[in-house]
Amino acid sequence: MSNWLKLVVVGLVAAMLSFEASAQQKIGLGTVPTAEEIARWDIDVRPDGYGLPPGSGNAYDGEEIFIDKCSACHGEFGEGAGRWPVLVGGHDTLASEDPVKTIGSYWPYTSTIYDYIYRAMPFGEAQTLTPDETYAIVAYLLYSNDIIDDDSMEINADNLAKIEMPNKDGFIPDDREVVSGERCMRDCKDSVTVASRARILDVTPDQ
Amino acid sequence: MDRRNFLKSGLIGAGAGTLAAGTALANNTIPKEVPEWSQILGAGVDVEPYGLPSPHEAHVRRRNVEWLTASPESSINFTPLQDLSGIITPNGLHFERHHGGVAEVDPNEHRLLIHGLVDKPLVFTLEDIKRFLPVSRFYFVECAANGGMEWRGAQLNGCQFTHGMISCCQYTGVMLSTLLNEVGIKPKGKWILAEGADSAGMNRTIPMEKALDDCMIVYAQNGEALRPAQGYPMRLLVPGFEGNMSVKWIRRLEIGDMPWFAREETSKYTDLLEDGKARMFTWVQDANSIITTPSPEKVMKHKGYNVITGLAWSGRGAIKGVDISLDGGRNWEPAQLEDPVLPKCLTRFYYPWDWQGDGKLIQSRAYDDSGYVQPTFAKQREERGLNSIYHNNSIHTWEVKPNGEVENVQLA
Ligand code: HEC
Repeated sequence: MSNWLKLVVVGLVAAMLSFEASAQQKIGLGTVPTAEEIARWDIDVRPDGYGLPPGSGNAYDGEEIFIDKCSACHGEFGEGAGRWPVLVGGHDTLASEDPVKTIGSYWPYTSTIYDYIYRAMPFGEAQTLTPDETYAIVAYLLYSNDIIDDDSMEINADNLAKIEMPNKDGFIPDDREVVSGERCMRDCKDSVTVASRARILDVTPDQ
Repeated sequence: MDRRNFLKSGLIGAGAGTLAAGTALANNTIPKEVPEWSQILGAGVDVEPYGLPSPHEAHVRRRNVEWLTASPESSINFTPLQDLSGIITPNGLHFERHHGGVAEVDPNEHRLLIHGLVDKPLVFTLEDIKRFLPVSRFYFVECAANGGMEWRGAQLNGCQFTHGMISCCQYTGVMLSTLLNEVGIKPKGKWILAEGADSAGMNRTIPMEKALDDCMIVYAQNGEALRPAQGYPMRLLVPGFEGNMSVKWIRRLEIGDMPWFAREETSKYTDLLEDGKARMFTWVQDANSIITTPSPEKVMKHKGYNVITGLAWSGRGAIKGVDISLDGGRNWEPAQLEDPVLPKCLTRFYYPWDWQGDGKLIQSRAYDDSGYVQPTFAKQREERGLNSIYHNNSIHTWEVKPNGEVENVQLA
């Protein structure tokens, strides 16, 4: 390489490096929010209890709120009305042919009950419950699922995360096969048999 | 579609049993009369300020399966893959999946807040987001439950219903890494909670590695603003991962040191296995493919030269090839891929064949540049059982019958 060319190459590399450095520089758009603004939106709750607001409630009070605000869809005991989701029961069904996945049988953490109910329920009236009401409903659903046995137990930010769920060890990380590799092209199987047909079932909507 | 509707739709008339070689069922002579549209003036400009498809294309629409869900506000509909060409989904046909209905967001009042384990929390308006260097990329978005109704056997007789929970668009926005650079991530910040502004407050945890790799905050879809049903005015886009993570109407990103285990990553979007354990954080959409013509909706009308066509995709990367079988998976031959072949994007394939009016079991099998080959249903079931609901990417079978009809079937 001529010295001249070397210089050009070195110059190019330097230019690329400086471009990369500038990509890491901040552009400076956006506004810094106040702590109060962040708190207004910061509604999430984590399994370690991080995010749980002050307040408390028990299952006894929770039952009344649940019947008032939730039972139209989920049934008085969380058994589900019509086709709306079932919130209780289903223990020991996960390995069966007809698994019933509920808060009691499937959910690994109590925090998710609080997080979800406050952000999304009642369906169509999201973020209208108070923290006390939410704690009380969570207590009621834990009680109905036999996870706590005292309907006067006050559930709050200190004890909710410590309550263990029956299926807490029921989950494994994604270990789906990453490489399957086999791409057979000729005589890949001995026989071909049709096992099921969509038309026989006849559940396809009219078009 | 049942037999009655099949006939009503006029795809195949009474003569279905006797398809003529190389001729269409419709009359193919040049009409004697000069048609009206060749004589009179048509509509002027601006009659339709936002153009719509021809009324003759009214059958090309999203459809849902009412018995699947309890309410249309927390439900899904399907893209008519069988009616599309190329790889792009028109915006009005992008499948919809909402958990609390379509949020009607005022773009002037919408904000994106980034906070948590950051050096400096920031709030962005839509205008702020649009001032960053735009990036435009082609990606598919696929619901994790695509094909989920087929785990226990062939169920829905239509390509739209078996595979239509996927769409593919060119998205424009800003790289999420650019925004994260603005706030400055603290070393302990390994996870991001993404939250929507809809009445479901949709929330999912995104791993930081992915966020810095190719995630985007997008505001445009195929050249125009996102449609309300796809998250107007802005959504998170998590390429190649299950669609639920591409949180629509995105309003907040919180950086944390552990996952949140939100309802949509515990109660839902986890894959129950036969032994009662469930896989969680099954984010990637594995390689998959579907023949869109022929299909139950696109029956065989001609003997002789025909082109099998369909779509293939992989959340792990680019499609490397698609093989076609006409005999239920005994023998395979490669299909042609059409450019562009992009990572985490739909890829169009073609396979010309000579159909002699005999019964066939046709299949497509995709493989991607990671070495992953789409598995058979038998293999999937052996490994996962029947209760997974999500992430069914098994090889799909259509039975072409001698009269040209096509049925969704599954092989033993
Ligand atoms: C109008 C009907 C309706 C009412 C009233 C309602 N819900 Fe729901 N609930 C739903 C629907 C629909 C879903 C599923 C939403 C989805 O999947 O996106 C749901 C889901 C849930 C879930 C998650 C279930 C699971 O297994 O993932 C919980 C918990 C819940 N609701 C609790 C409540 C509570 C507590 C109330 C009262 C404060 C309430 N709901 C009121 C309709 C309702």
